[in-house]
Amino acid sequence: MSTQAPRPQIADLAVGDVVGSREVVVDRARLVRYAGVSGDFNPIHWNERFATEVGLPGVIAHGMFTMGAAVALVEDWAGDPGAVVDYQTRFSRPVPVPDPGSATVAVEATIGAIDAEAGTVRVDLAVTFEGQRVLMKAQAVVRL
Amino acid sequence: MPINADYSGREYPATAPYSVGREKLREFASAVGSTHPVHHDIVAARGSGYPDLVAAPTFAVVVAQRAESQLIEDEAAGIDFTRVVHADERFTHHRPIVAGDELVTVLHVDSIVERRGLSMVTTRCEIAALAADGSTEPVSTVVSTLAVRGDDA
Repeated sequence: MSTQAPRPQIADLAVGDVVGSREVVVDRARLVRYAGVSGDFNPIHWNERFATEVGLPGVIAHGMFTMGAAVALVEDWAGDPGAVVDYQTRFSRPVPVPDPGSATVAVEATIGAIDAEAGTVRVDLAVTFEGQRVLMKAQAVVRL
Repeated sequence: MPINADYSGREYPATAPYSVGREKLREFASAVGSTHPVHHDIVAARGSGYPDLVAAPTFAVVVAQRAESQLIEDEAAGIDFTRVVHADERFTHHRPIVAGDELVTVLHVDSIVERRGLSMVTTRCEIAALAADGSTEPVSTVVSTLAVRGDDA
């Protein structure tokens, strides 16, 4: 495909390199859409009354939405979504999504480790909302 | 009701096949903002060497959560979903999921651990592609931990 950028080369990379950043804007409609396609209909992700009754500040984003949205940056950088062979995170904080309005999650990707022998790099994702990490140890292993 | 620790170590029979469809892969990728053409454009996917559209890296959660429902919705397991928080998730892809895959999943309950008023329930889904001859090929391993608050937490 002529539209695809050349894939990154391990030899050109160093631990600590920032390889990309983006902002993810999430509103209630986005959560309903994710609920529908993922099959995760937990009402804490779309029903304000239910969310507050169970002690949350309000409707919160699916952790899996945030995890999925963050790795899109890595797919684009790698030039091949199938190159993401391992991806993990811990969910450290909820992302409250207001209505009306939206929440903006910031994603920054840094090279965390390089395994030249295996032909893989570990991309560490810093995923924050209002300056605080919402994902911890968000790491994607990419085969290059 | 407390979590039933007897479920730790349990292995479930393989699920009925999940049929991976092109439109589902497109919709999932669009929902998480994955715009790479191999999720959406069959020509691009084949041009990149794939037999069909490629799933986004976290798509396997759709398949895994169906399998996990065998545990979550089992009242005898004692997991109150209104008290559940997702603690962690990990995908290990042995090969990318592609449209046309028929995926069967074996759910394992790897551990149930009590920690400071929380029950940490870790499950592992071994997802495999079913071939026409009945053989299976490992596709993805999905490990997920749920934190369940106790009654007084």
